[in-house]
Amino acid sequence: MTTPRRRSQQDLSVHKRQVENLQRRLLLKEMLSLGALGMLAGCDLQDGDAVDKVLWTMSRWNDRVQAKLFSRTRLAPTYEASRITRPFPFNAFYPEYDAPDIDGAAFRLQLSGKIDDKRAWTLADLRALPQSGQITRHICIEGWSAIGEWRGVAFRTFLERIGADMTARYVGFKCADKYYSSLDMETAMHPQTLLALDFGADPLPAEYGFPLKLRVPTKLGFKNPKHIAEIFVTNDYPGGYWEDQGYNWFSGV
Amino acid sequence: MPVHPLPIRVFHWLNAFAMTCMATSGWAIYNASPLFGFTFPAWATLGGWLGGAVAWHFAAMWLLAGNGLFYLAYGLASGHFRRRFLPLSPSGIMTDLLAALKFRLPHEAGTYNAVQRLLYILVLLLGVLAVASGLAIWKPVQLWWLSAAFGDFATARYVHFLAMAGIVGFVAVHLILVVLVPRSLLPMLTGRHSSSHEVSS
Repeated sequence: MTTPRRRSQQDLSVHKRQVENLQRRLLLKEMLSLGALGMLAGCDLQDGDAVDKVLWTMSRWNDRVQAKLFSRTRLAPTYEASRITRPFPFNAFYPEYDAPDIDGAAFRLQLSGKIDDKRAWTLADLRALPQSGQITRHICIEGWSAIGEWRGVAFRTFLERIGADMTARYVGFKCADKYYSSLDMETAMHPQTLLALDFGADPLPAEYGFPLKLRVPTKLGFKNPKHIAEIFVTNDYPGGYWEDQGYNWFSGV
Repeated sequence: MPVHPLPIRVFHWLNAFAMTCMATSGWAIYNASPLFGFTFPAWATLGGWLGGAVAWHFAAMWLLAGNGLFYLAYGLASGHFRRRFLPLSPSGIMTDLLAALKFRLPHEAGTYNAVQRLLYILVLLLGVLAVASGLAIWKPVQLWWLSAAFGDFATARYVHFLAMAGIVGFVAVHLILVVLVPRSLLPMLTGRHSSSHEVSS
């Protein structure tokens, strides 16, 4: 009676060992596939391999989803003056001392593209338009945010005044610091999109974009170009300094 | 009846891939502006630079959310959640927790003890919290009401981080237990029972 029982126990232990070996092999396989994931870490939108193509495609898909989510009437939250972040952080692709030094008296804002009246604008011309202000949160793609106060011309008012083609797809910006960026027309016409001349009560200081900055509280910070030198309206995708390197173009908040 | 039905195994491994992408790209984004006095080592992050990490995060989020929604729909409609996670009572949790701490809790393939049930429910809730706080960070203007539910944009970042930390903590325990009870891995790959006898875990 004991022999068959011992035999079955032996069989069981052999099977058990085989199963355990199989499990170890599978665990090893699992770890190798995690290693393969580690190889994906090299995919960074910079070298055009197959994974990068997928990431770029997903980013274009996210542009479309965000355009659908965007509401022309939904306003970004506004804050009391007591909530303003002091000091407001400086942020650019260069150190603060490299911020361009621009002569306000000689400044002329250039216009091009699908615009009826391409006459250049002085700062005095811009200050003669109706001014409005906002205290809103600037949200950086890096994750930090800061509340600031900007004053200037509602961008929609400006676009109407210059006879911009509002049916065009993009508004592009070229800046004195070689920065460039672009917006969808829907966002350009949003009631809080502001062609800012002032930061707080004073003209924009150099570090915050003198003489002109676009304040877009419905976009991430890098979609708020500073030191604007030229504005153009176009149907051809203008891209942007960061956008061309891989930041999502729409980047709405 | 397999220990883990095929849909659950597919959901599990797609989720493992998506969550790994989300966590490691999220760590790279965190590093750009840390909330606490530490950063994640570069080798543990995905994307190479901030733009790459953000692209990974906003690509993998569709896989994570889509897979998660199908999983929830399947779990509710098929009775999987009810069978695996219920009933759950405080006394059952206490009994099984004490047994687990004494390493006397039996591991039965396909049946979860009260501690496992509690942890699986908690990690699902943490997943919902991570997605909700993530949406609040992604769209603090368009989904302002969601951001307001977490305070504001800045506080939603902390919630998002803590939800991640809870999930990563769960995954760490989960992986340690798979190493301690390696035969629990096979059913999640093949669906089949391995040996039927019980082993203390």
